[in-house]
Amino acid sequence: MLSIGLGHYLTLAAIIFTIGIVGIFLNRKNIIVILMSIELILLAVNINLVSFSIFINDLSGQVFTLFILTVAAAEAAIGLAIIVVYYRNSGTIRVEEIDRLKG
Amino acid sequence: MIAHAIVFYIFSLIAIVSAIMVTVSKNTVNSVFFLILDFISISCLFIMIGAEFLGMIMLIVYVGAVAVLFLFVVMMLNVAQQKNEWFNSSGRSSHIPVGLLVSIIIFFELIIVIGGWKYKPDLLDSIAIEINTDLTNTQSLGSVIYTDYIHLFQLSGMVLLVAMIGAIVLTFRQRSGVKRQSYFKQISRDRKDGIELVNVENNKGVKIDA
Repeated sequence: MLSIGLGHYLTLAAIIFTIGIVGIFLNRKNIIVILMSIELILLAVNINLVSFSIFINDLSGQVFTLFILTVAAAEAAIGLAIIVVYYRNSGTIRVEEIDRLKG
Repeated sequence: MIAHAIVFYIFSLIAIVSAIMVTVSKNTVNSVFFLILDFISISCLFIMIGAEFLGMIMLIVYVGAVAVLFLFVVMMLNVAQQKNEWFNSSGRSSHIPVGLLVSIIIFFELIIVIGGWKYKPDLLDSIAIEINTDLTNTQSLGSVIYTDYIHLFQLSGMVLLVAMIGAIVLTFRQRSGVKRQSYFKQISRDRKDGIELVNVENNKGVKIDA
Protein backbone atom coordinates (compact mmCIF):
# COMPACT_ATOMS: atom_id res chain seq x y z
CA MET A 1 0.00 0.00 0.00
CA LEU A 2 2.73 2.43 0.90
CA SER A 3 5.28 1.46 -1.72
CA ILE A 4 4.04 2.94 -4.95
CA GLY A 5 4.68 0.61 -7.85
CA LEU A 6 3.71 0.24 -11.46
CA GLY A 7 0.31 -1.15 -10.56
CA HIS A 8 -0.74 2.03 -8.78
CA TYR A 9 -0.05 4.14 -11.83
CA LEU A 10 -1.76 1.66 -14.14
CA THR A 11 -4.83 1.64 -11.89
CA LEU A 12 -4.93 5.43 -11.88
CA ALA A 13 -4.72 5.39 -15.68
CA ALA A 14 -7.50 2.80 -15.87
CA ILE A 15 -9.75 4.90 -13.64
CA ILE A 16 -9.21 8.06 -15.68
CA PHE A 17 -9.68 6.13 -18.93
CA THR A 18 -13.00 4.77 -17.68
CA ILE A 19 -14.14 8.21 -16.57
CA GLY A 20 -13.41 9.47 -20.08
CA ILE A 21 -15.41 6.61 -21.60
CA VAL A 22 -18.31 7.34 -19.24
CA GLY A 23 -18.16 10.99 -20.28
CA ILE A 24 -18.47 10.04 -23.94
CA PHE A 25 -21.27 7.54 -23.39
CA LEU A 26 -23.47 9.43 -21.01
CA ASN A 27 -23.12 13.01 -22.11
CA ARG A 28 -25.90 13.85 -24.51
CA LYS A 29 -26.03 17.59 -24.28
CA ASN A 30 -22.78 19.27 -25.15
CA ILE A 31 -20.28 18.09 -27.69
CA ILE A 32 -17.41 20.13 -26.24
CA VAL A 33 -17.52 17.97 -23.11
CA ILE A 34 -17.16 14.91 -25.36
CA LEU A 35 -13.97 16.39 -26.81
CA MET A 36 -12.72 16.97 -23.27
CA SER A 37 -13.44 13.33 -22.45
CA ILE A 38 -11.33 12.30 -25.43
CA GLU A 39 -8.52 14.42 -24.00
CA LEU A 40 -8.93 12.56 -20.70
CA ILE A 41 -8.61 9.22 -22.49
CA LEU A 42 -5.42 10.32 -24.24
CA LEU A 43 -4.10 11.52 -20.89
CA ALA A 44 -4.70 8.07 -19.40
CA VAL A 45 -2.80 6.48 -22.26
CA ASN A 46 0.06 8.90 -21.61
CA ILE A 47 0.14 7.92 -17.94
CA ASN A 48 0.43 4.27 -18.97
CA LEU A 49 3.30 4.95 -21.37
CA VAL A 50 5.25 7.15 -18.98
CA SER A 51 4.92 4.83 -16.00
CA PHE A 52 5.98 1.81 -18.05
CA SER A 53 8.90 3.82 -19.40
CA ILE A 54 10.06 4.75 -15.90
CA PHE A 55 9.57 1.34 -14.32
CA ILE A 56 11.14 -0.67 -17.15
CA ASN A 57 13.92 1.91 -17.50
CA ASP A 58 13.33 2.40 -21.22
CA LEU A 59 13.17 5.86 -22.71
CA SER A 60 11.12 5.09 -25.83
CA GLY A 61 7.84 5.26 -23.93
CA GLN A 62 8.45 8.91 -23.17
CA VAL A 63 9.29 9.57 -26.81
CA PHE A 64 5.99 8.09 -27.87
CA THR A 65 4.19 10.13 -25.21
CA LEU A 66 5.63 13.21 -26.87
CA PHE A 67 4.13 12.16 -30.20
CA ILE A 68 0.76 11.35 -28.61
CA LEU A 69 0.80 14.84 -27.10
CA THR A 70 1.28 16.30 -30.58
CA VAL A 71 -1.55 14.29 -32.05
CA ALA A 72 -3.83 15.20 -29.14
CA ALA A 73 -3.18 18.88 -29.65
CA ALA A 74 -3.86 18.61 -33.38
CA GLU A 75 -7.02 16.63 -32.74
CA ALA A 76 -8.32 19.20 -30.27
CA ALA A 77 -7.68 22.04 -32.71
CA ILE A 78 -9.42 20.32 -35.63
CA GLY A 79 -12.32 19.11 -33.49
CA LEU A 80 -12.97 22.55 -32.08
CA ALA A 81 -12.78 24.06 -35.57
CA ILE A 82 -15.38 21.57 -36.78
CA ILE A 83 -17.58 22.43 -33.80
CA VAL A 84 -17.29 26.15 -34.56
CA VAL A 85 -18.26 25.57 -38.20
CA TYR A 86 -21.17 23.36 -37.19
CA TYR A 87 -22.43 25.91 -34.69
CA ARG A 88 -22.23 28.60 -37.33
CA ASN A 89 -24.25 26.53 -39.80
CA SER A 90 -26.88 25.01 -37.57
CA GLY A 91 -26.95 27.15 -34.45
CA THR A 92 -26.65 24.30 -31.97
CA ILE A 93 -24.04 21.90 -30.65
CA ARG A 94 -26.36 19.84 -28.48
CA VAL A 95 -25.64 16.19 -29.15
CA GLU A 96 -29.30 15.24 -29.26
CA GLU A 97 -30.02 17.72 -32.03
CA ILE A 98 -27.12 16.71 -34.23
CA ASP A 99 -28.98 14.01 -36.12
CA ARG A 100 -28.53 15.03 -39.70
CA LEU A 101 -27.02 11.65 -40.55
CA LYS A 102 -29.82 9.83 -38.73
CA GLY A 103 -27.41 7.72 -36.74
CA MET B 1 8.82 6.30 0.85
CA ILE B 2 5.82 7.30 2.93
CA ALA B 3 6.03 10.88 1.67
CA HIS B 4 6.14 9.55 -1.89
CA ALA B 5 3.03 7.48 -1.26
CA ILE B 6 1.17 10.36 0.36
CA VAL B 7 2.01 12.71 -2.51
CA PHE B 8 0.99 10.08 -5.04
CA TYR B 9 -2.35 9.51 -3.36
CA ILE B 10 -3.06 13.24 -3.03
CA PHE B 11 -2.30 13.96 -6.68
CA SER B 12 -4.14 10.95 -8.02
CA LEU B 13 -7.17 11.71 -5.84
CA ILE B 14 -7.26 15.27 -7.18
CA ALA B 15 -6.87 13.93 -10.73
CA ILE B 16 -9.71 11.42 -10.38
CA VAL B 17 -12.10 13.84 -8.69
CA SER B 18 -11.45 16.53 -11.25
CA ALA B 19 -11.87 14.02 -14.09
CA ILE B 20 -15.27 13.10 -12.67
CA MET B 21 -16.13 16.78 -12.36
CA VAL B 22 -15.19 17.34 -16.01
CA THR B 23 -17.89 14.95 -17.11
CA VAL B 24 -20.66 15.75 -14.63
CA SER B 25 -20.26 19.50 -14.32
CA LYS B 26 -23.38 21.47 -15.23
CA ASN B 27 -21.49 24.38 -16.66
CA THR B 28 -19.11 23.87 -19.56
CA VAL B 29 -16.74 26.57 -18.30
CA ASN B 30 -16.42 24.71 -15.00
CA SER B 31 -15.57 21.50 -16.89
CA VAL B 32 -12.76 23.31 -18.67
CA PHE B 33 -11.42 24.51 -15.33
CA PHE B 34 -11.51 20.99 -13.92
CA LEU B 35 -9.78 19.73 -17.08
CA ILE B 36 -6.97 22.20 -16.35
CA LEU B 37 -6.77 20.95 -12.74
CA ASP B 38 -6.61 17.38 -14.01
CA PHE B 39 -3.77 18.14 -16.41
CA ILE B 40 -1.83 19.97 -13.71
CA SER B 41 -2.08 17.16 -11.19
CA ILE B 42 -1.13 14.53 -13.76
CA SER B 43 1.88 16.57 -14.81
CA CYS B 44 2.87 16.80 -11.12
CA LEU B 45 2.73 13.00 -11.05
CA PHE B 46 4.95 12.84 -14.14
CA ILE B 47 7.47 15.16 -12.54
CA MET B 48 7.33 13.07 -9.38
CA ILE B 49 8.21 9.77 -11.04
CA GLY B 50 11.04 11.26 -13.04
CA ALA B 51 9.66 12.33 -16.40
CA GLU B 52 10.32 16.02 -15.82
CA PHE B 53 10.42 17.10 -19.44
CA LEU B 54 7.09 15.51 -20.24
CA GLY B 55 5.50 17.01 -17.14
CA MET B 56 6.59 20.49 -18.13
CA ILE B 57 5.60 19.98 -21.78
CA MET B 58 2.24 18.75 -20.56
CA LEU B 59 1.77 21.98 -18.64
CA ILE B 60 2.74 24.09 -21.63
CA VAL B 61 0.83 22.19 -24.30
CA TYR B 62 -2.32 21.20 -22.43
CA VAL B 63 -2.82 24.00 -19.93
CA GLY B 64 -1.29 26.71 -22.05
CA ALA B 65 -2.71 25.79 -25.44
CA VAL B 66 -5.41 23.14 -25.48
CA ALA B 67 -7.36 24.23 -22.40
CA VAL B 68 -7.21 27.86 -23.44
CA LEU B 69 -8.47 26.79 -26.87
CA PHE B 70 -11.39 24.99 -25.22
CA LEU B 71 -12.12 28.01 -23.07
CA PHE B 72 -11.99 30.28 -26.09
CA VAL B 73 -14.43 28.12 -28.06
CA VAL B 74 -16.79 27.88 -25.08
CA MET B 75 -16.71 31.63 -24.80
CA MET B 76 -17.24 32.17 -28.52
CA LEU B 77 -20.08 29.72 -28.98
CA ASN B 78 -22.00 31.00 -25.97
CA VAL B 79 -22.77 27.53 -24.66
CA ALA B 80 -23.08 28.82 -21.13
CA GLN B 81 -26.83 28.76 -21.47
CA GLN B 82 -26.85 25.27 -22.91
CA LYS B 83 -26.41 23.53 -19.60
CA ASN B 84 -24.76 20.17 -19.56
CA GLU B 85 -27.61 18.06 -18.28
CA TRP B 86 -26.99 14.43 -17.70
CA PHE B 87 -29.83 12.44 -16.37
CA ASN B 88 -32.83 14.69 -16.91
CA SER B 89 -32.62 14.45 -20.66
CA SER B 90 -35.68 13.71 -22.75
CA GLY B 91 -37.53 10.56 -21.87
CA ARG B 92 -36.68 8.38 -24.83
CA SER B 93 -33.02 8.05 -23.84
CA SER B 94 -32.34 4.51 -22.70
CA HIS B 95 -28.61 4.76 -23.23
CA ILE B 96 -27.66 5.60 -19.66
CA PRO B 97 -27.86 2.12 -18.06
CA VAL B 98 -26.24 0.52 -21.10
CA GLY B 99 -23.47 3.10 -21.14
CA LEU B 100 -22.80 2.68 -17.43
CA LEU B 101 -22.76 -1.12 -17.80
CA VAL B 102 -20.32 -1.03 -20.70
CA SER B 103 -18.07 1.43 -18.85
CA ILE B 104 -18.00 -0.71 -15.72
CA ILE B 105 -17.17 -3.78 -17.81
CA ILE B 106 -14.32 -1.88 -19.50
CA PHE B 107 -12.98 -0.80 -16.12
CA PHE B 108 -13.01 -4.32 -14.71
CA GLU B 109 -11.37 -5.68 -17.84
CA LEU B 110 -8.57 -3.16 -17.44
CA ILE B 111 -8.18 -4.04 -13.76
CA ILE B 112 -8.08 -7.77 -14.57
CA VAL B 113 -5.42 -7.18 -17.21
CA ILE B 114 -3.32 -5.15 -14.75
CA GLY B 115 -3.74 -7.69 -11.97
CA GLY B 116 -2.95 -10.79 -13.96
CA TRP B 117 -0.11 -9.35 -15.96
CA LYS B 118 3.45 -10.57 -15.59
CA TYR B 119 6.74 -9.43 -17.04
CA LYS B 120 7.99 -11.37 -19.97
CA PRO B 121 11.14 -13.13 -18.71
CA ASP B 122 13.43 -11.58 -21.31
CA LEU B 123 11.81 -8.14 -21.09
CA LEU B 124 14.76 -6.42 -19.51
CA ASP B 125 17.05 -7.63 -22.31
CA SER B 126 14.81 -6.18 -24.98
CA ILE B 127 15.01 -2.57 -23.85
CA ALA B 128 15.34 -0.26 -26.83
CA ILE B 129 16.86 2.84 -25.20
CA GLU B 130 18.03 2.51 -21.66
CA ILE B 131 17.63 5.54 -19.40
CA ASN B 132 21.02 6.97 -18.56
CA THR B 133 20.93 8.32 -15.03
CA ASP B 134 23.95 10.56 -15.57
CA LEU B 135 22.03 12.76 -17.99
CA THR B 136 18.98 14.83 -17.22
CA ASN B 137 15.65 13.71 -18.56
CA THR B 138 15.51 16.52 -21.12
CA GLN B 139 19.02 15.82 -22.33
CA SER B 140 18.43 12.11 -22.82
CA LEU B 141 15.12 12.72 -24.61
CA GLY B 142 16.78 15.27 -26.87
CA SER B 143 19.58 12.92 -27.74
CA VAL B 144 17.01 10.37 -28.84
CA ILE B 145 14.34 12.32 -30.69
CA TYR B 146 16.80 14.19 -32.87
CA THR B 147 18.66 11.05 -33.92
CA ASP B 148 16.74 7.79 -33.74
CA TYR B 149 13.25 9.24 -34.01
CA ILE B 150 13.99 12.13 -36.37
CA HIS B 151 11.51 10.98 -39.01
CA LEU B 152 8.71 10.61 -36.50
CA PHE B 153 9.62 14.01 -35.09
CA GLN B 154 9.38 15.61 -38.53
CA LEU B 155 6.12 13.80 -39.19
CA SER B 156 4.61 15.13 -35.96
CA GLY B 157 5.59 18.59 -37.12
CA MET B 158 3.71 17.88 -40.36
CA VAL B 159 0.70 16.75 -38.34
CA LEU B 160 0.71 20.05 -36.48
CA LEU B 161 1.07 21.99 -39.73
CA VAL B 162 -1.85 20.15 -41.33
CA ALA B 163 -3.94 20.73 -38.21
CA MET B 164 -3.17 24.43 -38.28
CA ILE B 165 -4.02 24.78 -41.96
CA GLY B 166 -7.15 22.69 -41.51
CA ALA B 167 -8.39 24.76 -38.61
CA ILE B 168 -7.82 27.98 -40.53
CA VAL B 169 -9.50 26.66 -43.67
CA LEU B 170 -12.47 25.34 -41.72
CA THR B 171 -13.19 28.48 -39.77
CA PHE B 172 -12.28 31.08 -42.37
CA ARG B 173 -15.23 32.90 -43.81
CA GLN B 174 -15.58 35.78 -46.23
CA ARG B 175 -18.21 38.08 -44.80
CA SER B 176 -20.42 40.08 -47.08
CA GLY B 177 -21.37 43.62 -46.22
CA VAL B 178 -18.10 44.46 -44.53
CA LYS B 179 -16.21 47.44 -45.96
CA ARG B 180 -12.56 46.62 -46.34
CA GLN B 181 -9.64 48.09 -48.16
CA SER B 182 -8.89 46.81 -51.65
CA TYR B 183 -5.45 47.84 -52.78
CA PHE B 184 -5.98 46.81 -56.36
CA LYS B 185 -9.09 48.95 -56.67
CA GLN B 186 -7.31 51.88 -55.11
CA ILE B 187 -4.29 51.68 -57.38
CA SER B 188 -6.14 50.99 -60.59
CA ARG B 189 -8.51 53.89 -60.13
CA ASP B 190 -8.63 56.28 -63.06
CA ARG B 191 -8.98 60.02 -63.17
CA LYS B 192 -12.30 59.88 -64.95
CA ASP B 193 -13.79 57.45 -62.40
CA GLY B 194 -13.25 59.87 -59.57
CA ILE B 195 -13.62 63.33 -61.02
CA GLU B 196 -16.47 64.75 -62.98
CA LEU B 197 -16.27 68.22 -64.43
CA VAL B 198 -19.58 70.02 -64.51
CA ASN B 199 -20.51 73.27 -66.04
CA VAL B 200 -22.35 75.06 -63.30
CA GLU B 201 -25.11 77.31 -64.40
CA ASN B 202 -25.53 80.64 -62.82
CA ASN B 203 -27.77 80.86 -59.73
CA LYS B 204 -28.66 77.14 -59.81
CA GLY B 205 -25.86 75.33 -58.02
CA VAL B 206 -24.92 71.69 -58.34
CA LYS B 207 -27.00 68.79 -57.15
CA ILE B 208 -24.79 66.33 -55.38
CA ASP B 209 -25.69 62.59 -55.42
CA ALA B 210 -27.09 62.92 -58.87
